[in-house]
Amino acid sequence: MIALSGVTKAFDDNRVLQGVDLAVETGRSMVIIGGSGTGKSVLLKCILGLVRPDGGTIALDGQDVARADRDAFLARFGMLFQGAALFDSLPVWQNVAFRLLRGSLARPRDEARAIAIEKLRRVGLGADVADKFPAELSGGMQKRVGLARAIAAEPEIIFFDEPTTGLDPIMAGVINDLIREIVTEMGATAMTITHDMSSVRAIADEVAMLHAGRIQWTGPVADLDHSGDPYVDQFVTGRATGPIEAVR
Amino acid sequence: MSERDSLTRALSPLGALGRPVLGALAAVGRVTLFALNALWRALRPPFYPREYALAMLHVGWLSLPVVGLTALFTGGALALQIYSGGARFNAESVVPQIVAIGMVRELGPVLVGLMIAARVTSSIAAEIATMKVTEQIDALTTLSTDPMRYLVAPRVVSALVAVPLLVAVGDVIGIAGGYAVATGNLDFNPATYLNNTADFLQWRDVVSSLAKGCAFGGLAALMGCYFGMNSGRGAQGVGRATKGSVEAAAVLILAANFLLTGAFFSV
Ligand SMILES: Nc1ncnc2c1ncn2[C@@H]1O[C@H](COP(=O)(O)OP(=O)(O)OP(=O)(O)O)[C@@H](O)[C@H]1O
Ligand SMILES: [Mg+2]
Repeated sequence: MIALSGVTKAFDDNRVLQGVDLAVETGRSMVIIGGSGTGKSVLLKCILGLVRPDGGTIALDGQDVARADRDAFLARFGMLFQGAALFDSLPVWQNVAFRLLRGSLARPRDEARAIAIEKLRRVGLGADVADKFPAELSGGMQKRVGLARAIAAEPEIIFFDEPTTGLDPIMAGVINDLIREIVTEMGATAMTITHDMSSVRAIADEVAMLHAGRIQWTGPVADLDHSGDPYVDQFVTGRATGPIEAVR
Repeated sequence: MSERDSLTRALSPLGALGRPVLGALAAVGRVTLFALNALWRALRPPFYPREYALAMLHVGWLSLPVVGLTALFTGGALALQIYSGGARFNAESVVPQIVAIGMVRELGPVLVGLMIAARVTSSIAAEIATMKVTEQIDALTTLSTDPMRYLVAPRVVSALVAVPLLVAVGDVIGIAGGYAVATGNLDFNPATYLNNTADFLQWRDVVSSLAKGCAFGGLAALMGCYFGMNSGRGAQGVGRATKGSVEAAAVLILAANFLLTGAFFSV
């Protein structure tokens, strides 16, 4: 279980997170929604220790992550970055198999390559992209390579930062199904950020909405349409008028 | 205006001086920690042999052409200068000795160091800064790979090893440039020229040359990595990091050259 309590983070005078409390049960899929720039990406980075929170605690299975052994902690995670963050000096398959080629999970090159090609297939990419370089791919293809890299070592906990932005509706459907499958079949814990309400419904067990530096609402996905929260309602229906200002 | 005000005003340049000095000291501290961190990690597993090989290729082998050309022209020009300058007091014959000393002790290491700052520091800084702004450094971390160990250590260690070798090559090519000009244009006897060079150079000259190469290489790679890892955001951040790294590397190389020359040759 991932438990955040009172997490705060500011960049100079930009107070992004102002006391986030959130719990994600093991083997569940949590989707985080919220306006652009509200700090969703920063929140995931805080959990991973890429951004150091100013205050509050983050615990994984009851243990404070700030005091955990970094290597063992990170070995349990996979992360898809919002901008894919592929290594542009390495061909696609070595990006996907990065973890399988070095460190404690290292295995023979042929085997790593075969796994990479299999993962690429699962995100809807053919074996022909394996030897291309990231710069030769379209934005949506890069995103999917990033996704393949995040799941390549079959981590227990996976973070997806906007997995379907930039994808066509069919491909978005494929990715939604994949994320759902990873949670239900492999028993992984997932945290996904998305702005796409059909993705939310396809992926989520639970939904949390981040607004003004706090969790505005959290609950099961079935309650999303009758949350009784004006902020969630405005967000779900996409109205320009409501408690959330359109100019931020 | 009270006396106190005028005193404050009179002393204010000191205050203005204090802040940059403190800032500079803090920066020295941060860079030193960064360097120790990188070297410490270079000594402990996991090791990334492929990264070391690639860094060696980029820092060392691919720098050979630019280093060779720089040294060749400088050695040639040096021979011409010493010949025409020496002629003013009938000392034309010292060309081989002065070319040898000038190249090995001073121009070889300094010019190679500056060329490395231009070529290697800038490319390291731009590459790492781009990786930083596109979250590739964060991605490395989440893939259980320590960027200090994977990116920084290979580049710094390769420079420590490769740049002295480049300096040695530069020294030899520089002397060869002087030799070519002296024997081709200035009527020096080839055998005498070589003998004079070999007899004149001392081990201390050569050791100082290599030691400078090691120091300059380390500084060049370190500045590239440090500025890259601390880059600001966006394209502007990458530009600033690159510019800053080359400036810092060049100035530090010249300062280190002064200190090392003092350490080796002041009696
Ligand atoms: N490294 C950083 N330095 C300074 N400010 C930052 C940094 N990272 C994020 N921010 C700021 O934090 C705020 C939240 O950013 P974040 O990327 O988390 O937004 P987000 O909710 O993911 O938005 P989007 O949906 O558009 O991706 C923004 O105002 C951003 O400018
Ligand atoms: Mg984001």
